[in-house]
Amino acid sequence: MLFSVRVEVSLRPGIADPQGSTIERSLPTLGFDGIRGVRVGKSIRFDLLAVDEESARREVDDMCRRFLTNPVIEDATIDLDACEGAPA
Amino acid sequence: MSVRVGVVRFPGSNCELDVLEAVRSLGGDAELLWHGDRSVAGVDAVVVPGGFAHGDYLRPGAIARFSPVMDAIHEFAASGGAVVGICNGFQVLTEAGLLPGALQKNRGLKFLCTTTGLRVESTNTVLTSQASLGQVLRVPINHFEGNYTCSPETLAELRADDRVVLRYLANPNGSVDDIAGVCNAGRNVVGLMPHPERATGDLLGSTDGVPLLRSLLKAPQPAG
Repeated sequence: MLFSVRVEVSLRPGIADPQGSTIERSLPTLGFDGIRGVRVGKSIRFDLLAVDEESARREVDDMCRRFLTNPVIEDATIDLDACEGAPA
Repeated sequence: MSVRVGVVRFPGSNCELDVLEAVRSLGGDAELLWHGDRSVAGVDAVVVPGGFAHGDYLRPGAIARFSPVMDAIHEFAASGGAVVGICNGFQVLTEAGLLPGALQKNRGLKFLCTTTGLRVESTNTVLTSQASLGQVLRVPINHFEGNYTCSPETLAELRADDRVVLRYLANPNGSVDDIAGVCNAGRNVVGLMPHPERATGDLLGSTDGVPLLRSLLKAPQPAG
C-alpha cells in the first residue's frame, strides 16, 4: 500500500523557541492581537510503500527517532493516509 | 615523534585547514581525514572542525553523524582516544551521541561572530589539562546554532561530574548555565562552540587557544 506521510517536527515543550518568540512579538505590531504560544517547526512530506498501516507507522516512528528529529529538543507528530486508488 | 592529529573534513567543513595550521604551529603533526573513510588512520587524536558539514541540512550534524568515519570515531573514543568537536564539530558530536545535549538556534536569532571570554571550569579533560582552573581565555565564536540545551537531569549530571569544561563570562547565545563546552563521562571527548584554532597567534588577536590545543597534543593515547 502507498501512504502519504506528513511528519511535523516541533520543539519539545519547555525548549526555548527564538523564532516563535520573535514572530509572537511581531504580530501585534501588524495589528494581530491576542496571540499566544507561537511555535515554529518544520514539515517533512513523502510517500511510503508498506504492507499495511501498522508497519508504515512503525517505519516512520523509527526514522523520526533515528534521523528526522533530535529527540533531545524535538518531537514529531506523524500523519499518515493511505493513498486512494494507488497500486498495492 | 610528534603527536598526529587527524582533522575530519566533511563536504561543507571550512575550519579544517585552520586546525591543521594551528596544530602544526604548536609542533604537532596534523593530517586531514575524509568523512567517507572508514578509519581514523591510526592518528593519536581527532578533531571534528567547524563549518557546515553536509550543508547543515535537516539539522547541523544530523547527516554528518552517519558519515562512514563516524563509526571509526566512536570506536576511537571508546578506546580512550581524544576527540574534540569545535563549533559544527560540537554539533556533530552531540548528534552522534558522543556528547549529551543539543545546540539550538542562538537566543536573539543572530549569527554571532565575535570574541568571547571563557572561564576554564575543569582541567581534567583532554582539551584543558594544560590550562589552569578559573583561567580566563579570549577565544572567538562564529555560529548561529550555539545555544547549548539539555534536560535538567543531564545538566545536573554534567555539574555533579565536573563535566562543564568551559563557561562564557557573558553568555552570548542563551546556552543553559552559560555552557560553552562539555565533555563525556570518560573526559576524552570534548565539544565546544568557540574556536581555539583561531586564537593561536598575535596576528589573530589572541593566543588563548594555545593552552587548549597544547592539551590536546598531550592527551593520553588510545588503548590498543
